[in-house]
Amino acid sequence: MIEYGIIAFLLALGYFVGSWAESRHYREIEKNEERLNTLPATNLKNHPELENAERTWLVTESVVIGQDYFKRFVAALINIVGGRVSSYETLVDRARREAIIRLKDQAKDADLIVNIRLETSSIGGSANRKGTVGSIEALAYGTAVKLRK
Amino acid sequence: MELTNLECIPGKKIVAHYGVVSGSTVRAKHVGRDIMASLKNLVGGELKGYTELLHEARQESIERMVKIAEDFGANAVVNIRFATSNVAQGASELYVYGTAVRVE
Repeated sequence: MIEYGIIAFLLALGYFVGSWAESRHYREIEKNEERLNTLPATNLKNHPELENAERTWLVTESVVIGQDYFKRFVAALINIVGGRVSSYETLVDRARREAIIRLKDQAKDADLIVNIRLETSSIGGSANRKGTVGSIEALAYGTAVKLRK
Repeated sequence: MELTNLECIPGKKIVAHYGVVSGSTVRAKHVGRDIMASLKNLVGGELKGYTELLHEARQESIERMVKIAEDFGANAVVNIRFATSNVAQGASELYVYGTAVRVE
């Protein structure tokens, strides 16, 4: 009986704290994206502005985000019948957007970031029990460009 | 040493190619960090310990790649790519590769 109690408690904790944390994170992401709107970032390789480049350097930034207990549990249930797992869509969305925000923050002196690549990988170990992915890493890298004035 | 993930360095001419250089490192998690991460995994959110761990590890693999490129006599690495793979339970490999070149 006590085991069910613990599971119910963890589910409730995951549900309330997890959704609060997620909406807070989304608000932060939106605020930061607005703030960094002035720095153009593209995944073009041959950007026309590159001819005026004064200096270029590599920027890399990554973020690891974990899923809460409730959503992992729900995802495990959905896995039985299949279908759209929207709770994981928001997880990867948050991770990627956060990685790009950090990349732009790191390249503050730059006028432009070109050739951005995004990569995602799941972090194994105890976070990966029961075959469900517990946490993912989003890596963003690109070349920051300082233009000649 | 100039690093870029473009195929050339804008405004500079490549005078010599030295071929592919790569660096990798395999990192396992720290027990303490793992316990903290599993607690954090109940409520979700960013796992800062892992972010830092992977950042350090990636810097190390870049350093290894740069060292190999320097041994060749290169002064730049172009077309850099990153890759991550899970080699064992709880350990991941961070791999970085690129082409070592000499630019003017």
